[in-house]
Amino acid sequence: MGTRGYIVGALLFLIAAAAAQVAPDWVVSLATIAFANALVVLGLIVMWRAGLVSFGQALYYCVGAYTVALTARWTGFTDAIALVLLGGVVAGIVAVLVGFLLARYREIFFAMLSLALSMILYGVLVKTESLGSTDGFTVAVPTFFGVAPRGDALGRALYWLTLGIGAVCAVMVGAYFRSVAGSLAAPIRDNEIRIEFLGVSASRIVHVKIFVAGVLGGLGGALAALAIGHVDPNMAYWTTSGGFVFVTILAGAGSIAAAFVGSLCFEAVRSFAVDAMPGLWQMTLGSVLLLTILFLPDGLGSLVARLRKRDEAAS
Amino acid sequence: MPFKRAHSRLFIPPHPQPLPATRERARGEGRGAPTAARKSSRGEGRDTVLTAFAIITDGLVYAAYLFIVAIGLTLIFGVMKILNVAHGSFYAFGAYGAATAVGIYADAGWPAAAGFLLMIVFAMAIGVVIGLVLERGLLRLVYGRDEVVVVLVTYAVFLILEDVIRLIWGAQSYPAFQPMVSAGSIEVGDLVLSNYDILLVAIAALIAALAWWALRFTRYGRVLTTVIFDRETAAAFGINVTVVYTVTFIIGAALGAVGGAVMAPKISVTLGIGVEVIVLAFAVVAIGGMGSIEGALVGALIVGLCRAAAVHLAPQIELFVIYGVMALVLVVRPYGLFVRAQPRKI
Repeated sequence: MGTRGYIVGALLFLIAAAAAQVAPDWVVSLATIAFANALVVLGLIVMWRAGLVSFGQALYYCVGAYTVALTARWTGFTDAIALVLLGGVVAGIVAVLVGFLLARYREIFFAMLSLALSMILYGVLVKTESLGSTDGFTVAVPTFFGVAPRGDALGRALYWLTLGIGAVCAVMVGAYFRSVAGSLAAPIRDNEIRIEFLGVSASRIVHVKIFVAGVLGGLGGALAALAIGHVDPNMAYWTTSGGFVFVTILAGAGSIAAAFVGSLCFEAVRSFAVDAMPGLWQMTLGSVLLLTILFLPDGLGSLVARLRKRDEAAS
Repeated sequence: MPFKRAHSRLFIPPHPQPLPATRERARGEGRGAPTAARKSSRGEGRDTVLTAFAIITDGLVYAAYLFIVAIGLTLIFGVMKILNVAHGSFYAFGAYGAATAVGIYADAGWPAAAGFLLMIVFAMAIGVVIGLVLERGLLRLVYGRDEVVVVLVTYAVFLILEDVIRLIWGAQSYPAFQPMVSAGSIEVGDLVLSNYDILLVAIAALIAALAWWALRFTRYGRVLTTVIFDRETAAAFGINVTVVYTVTFIIGAALGAVGGAVMAPKISVTLGIGVEVIVLAFAVVAIGGMGSIEGALVGALIVGLCRAAAVHLAPQIELFVIYGVMALVLVVRPYGLFVRAQPRKI
């Protein structure tokens, strides 16, 4: 991504930010959830580049969400920005700790162990009755620097917050991809032992990736908790992780923007499909996933790359 | 009246447990109530013995269920290196098929044993058909792709099959408790044990013995062992790996469906039962070592006993304990208890 990428990204960002002024309420709230989830997907892309698929990213999502909800509940502190950052930090700490165990594993074992860890959190939350057990509990209404917007204004404020944090994360992840540690992702996927012969610890690089993905997951969960206004243990269930993996495959690991666009498409399609044909939603999802894997192995993002290549060939 | 006692045992959990909230209850009636009911308690020392006995019997029954579900999964992984998320759907299809079969025989008024047999056969037939269609129609196309990508393919299949079940059977739940009720129960000392549970343990033991015998003493079993050991070398020696894959997948699918069928009388057959089963089976298989049959057996016993102990002694950690044990085992043995060391390939 060169200067052109940044300019296009900045333009898209401004358009997305301005659109909230004219877009109807439900679009704004849908986009808020979509962009919050896109952060989790971004984390999955970071790992996917190294050939790792986590079927337990809901762990960090849920940790971020519960951090926000519990802090607001126990301390009465409701500043949205600080809460979201706190969610990211706590999820990051969890990710570092989990990483000591997880960084040794690859492929299916990585997927399964991360799944088990998120299921542990699910099991604990389901049995904790003081936290509402399976029903979860409501998250306090957030404030912004002491101002407490209501109704539409709150929705827009959360949207802008999500968009802002999303943009910052996108730029930072972009920088990470271009760094040495980031560029070593593909070699890890291809042949890890050769990396080690270069004198680099592969498991340390994987550990960093787990951390980055954990922070992103926590931020996404924290934003989602504020946007939805409710947290429950299902945020840690494996089907939630499955949803994130789904969007990752759909978007492809090729580009950062694809995470946001893919997540937006996913949420849009979901809200229409659930409305129009409630019994067939999962079937639609599964079919799209199958078709993507069979015919578009690098995701929707690869379509853009393909077009660009054709342009270059033509000129 | 034996009927009445058995009936009441079905619906009233014998142990005081925190009331599970709605979603939890809908998802997993099967793992909810402990199996062995305590009739009375006379004194402390006797109570401890009773609890220990109840933990062991409950644990065995739960382990039997886990083993029947996990063996199909581990077989498919061992031979084909596919972590089959759709195994949960096979389980669900088996359970729905069995519930339908129970409905048929209950209406026709056939004897219970015939009904039970019909249930199993019906479920197996469903499993064979789905397995064949899936393997030949879809999985064949993705052999050679990344293992993780194949997991995602089976995940997609799982999602699709969930709605197929909804289309076929609708959203209502199907009670299929007749076999369990007609099996009755026996009293061992102060404990009431359901005969159906004993049958479940027997079936699991039978499957384990059959699997052991088939792998060791039949031609197909030996072919299978070579394919598990090294697919390419087996192919070089003239083994038709394609056929082995198809047959294995069908057997695995049928086993998953049988798991659903034998559990159907103990649970309320409803949407979403496959979602829970698949992660449980993953945990069992991961503990034992993926692809190992004896590993599945040991893993099922460990998880079953630990969970039963948790249910009786500390109900609040019941769910946690399963995955906690799994994480603990994997810390010590990263690839499970019974797994052959893999050479690093450069």
